[in-house]
Amino acid sequence: MKILVCISHVPDTTSKISFSDNNTKLASAGVQFIIGPYDEYALSRAIELKETNGGTVTVLNVGEADTEPTIRKALAIGADDAIRVNANPTDSWFVAAQIAAIAKEEKYDLILTGRESIDFNSGLVHGLVAEMLDMPSVSPVMKLDLDGSKAIMYREIEGGKEKVEVNLPLVAGCQEPIAEWKIPNMRGIMSARTKPLKVVDPVSVDDYSKTTSFEMPPAKGACKMIDASEPEKLLDLLKNEAKVL
Amino acid sequence: MSILVFIDSADKEIKKSSFEAITYAAELANKKSTDCIAVLIGEVNGDIAETVGKYGVKKLYHSKDSTNYTSQAYASAIAQVVEKSSADVVVLPKSSLTDAVASRLAAKLKAAVAAGVSELPDLSNGFKVKRPIYTGKAFAYTELKGSKIVLTVAKNAMQPKEVGGKAEIENFSPSISDADQKVKVLDVEKATGEILLPEADIVVSGGRGMKGPENWNVLEDLAKALGAATGCSKPVSDVGWRPHHEHVGQTGVKVSPNLYIALGISGAIQHLAGVNSSKVLVVINKDPEAPFFKAADYGIVGDIFEVVPKLTEAAKKL
Repeated sequence: MKILVCISHVPDTTSKISFSDNNTKLASAGVQFIIGPYDEYALSRAIELKETNGGTVTVLNVGEADTEPTIRKALAIGADDAIRVNANPTDSWFVAAQIAAIAKEEKYDLILTGRESIDFNSGLVHGLVAEMLDMPSVSPVMKLDLDGSKAIMYREIEGGKEKVEVNLPLVAGCQEPIAEWKIPNMRGIMSARTKPLKVVDPVSVDDYSKTTSFEMPPAKGACKMIDASEPEKLLDLLKNEAKVL
Repeated sequence: MSILVFIDSADKEIKKSSFEAITYAAELANKKSTDCIAVLIGEVNGDIAETVGKYGVKKLYHSKDSTNYTSQAYASAIAQVVEKSSADVVVLPKSSLTDAVASRLAAKLKAAVAAGVSELPDLSNGFKVKRPIYTGKAFAYTELKGSKIVLTVAKNAMQPKEVGGKAEIENFSPSISDADQKVKVLDVEKATGEILLPEADIVVSGGRGMKGPENWNVLEDLAKALGAATGCSKPVSDVGWRPHHEHVGQTGVKVSPNLYIALGISGAIQHLAGVNSSKVLVVINKDPEAPFFKAADYGIVGDIFEVVPKLTEAAKKL
């Protein structure tokens, strides 16, 4: 069983976001970067599957050298080796093409990603990769079990879930509660330093998009307080002032 | 040259988000002086030519059979309509289904793709879209390049607008290969008769301040009186008081209703990230220091179990 887990390197969920250089760059001072939370669920499940079924777990990140601490964390959690495609991940197309190029060579049985990255929130990479590799894909996956060469998964749908069955190989975009996050132990942290991390050059990809600038949402006005003894006044304001009822 | 919109349906009804996507496509077609056409897979109730025509669809490609359709088959079917109709922009309502459909379609068509756009594009110099990033904490402006473009439209980004008209219907049967049907759906578990959280105009959501799952009837009564969907915070779904598909927040469902009412939710940044594109935020919490009050438009400091039943009684009289 060869499993590939694609991880993104993103600001921590508690980060306050701001921009520099005339709103063209993320102001990263003071921002802590983490493995994308959905990607970390995927990684945790991959390690559990390896523990039960044997095999290897490789992590892949498309990013410049500053993403290496994030990749080492994935190795400390339990991945066997890592690949970093040395490039700025400009858009979903670019990232997916890098993943597909590596997967074509390596022939993984299972390619796991998060359902979306929490920086650009596109949720497109799993589908792009699957189409490029001519593989089935399922997302967002909340539960994934293997039964021989088949995967049985629960996919979240609006208002519930559906159970699906797919033969390997496949691509899955993961989310909680597929697995519990794993806290790296001392042995994991020590061994992560020496596990192989291969750096490869990107393949060239047609240029489909360019993000030119960023913008902060407009500032919120003050919260209008209503006395707890007159909740009907709230409904009056929602109806006649905010006009949402 | 035309704008093609994908119409998604559930239980034989067109979803609200699809009407929003139709309006987006119709207004974009207007801007580009071309036609808005549509594709629908599956049967829906009513006179479909009229239902979609009055929102501006000139022609509808309709395939009545949606048996065994998953994202791959939808992408193949839409690609076939793109080829028939020589559409150059495909618009889809954003959902977890269309994340997969739009990405596969973009790969098939070698098209630029953007997910969750929140406004009509700026066409003054190319094709520039605006979309929320960092889970609604900011926006990005992105130029899309190439001869074909695939877009998904964020929920509630557009107000469906009737313009009058009747669509011409062309029935078609897409050719779906075995490769498109590798994902087999074994079972579907779905709450019936409830208002779907991501589609709802009003959401009433509860946090740990609700004190336990046995108190949810207080929240549900208010939701019922307002015709609202119900949601919850992450700690609540983590401990199993409510099912995971109700979890609203950065790593759960992102909602953008007209009105979001938070009961006993403190307002952690991860929760706010999932609700900050709502039009109006209301918080009811006994702790006046709860960070949610800083993000909300209206607030009541008080005991949920006293305030909410009174609110429900008043809402019933609306």
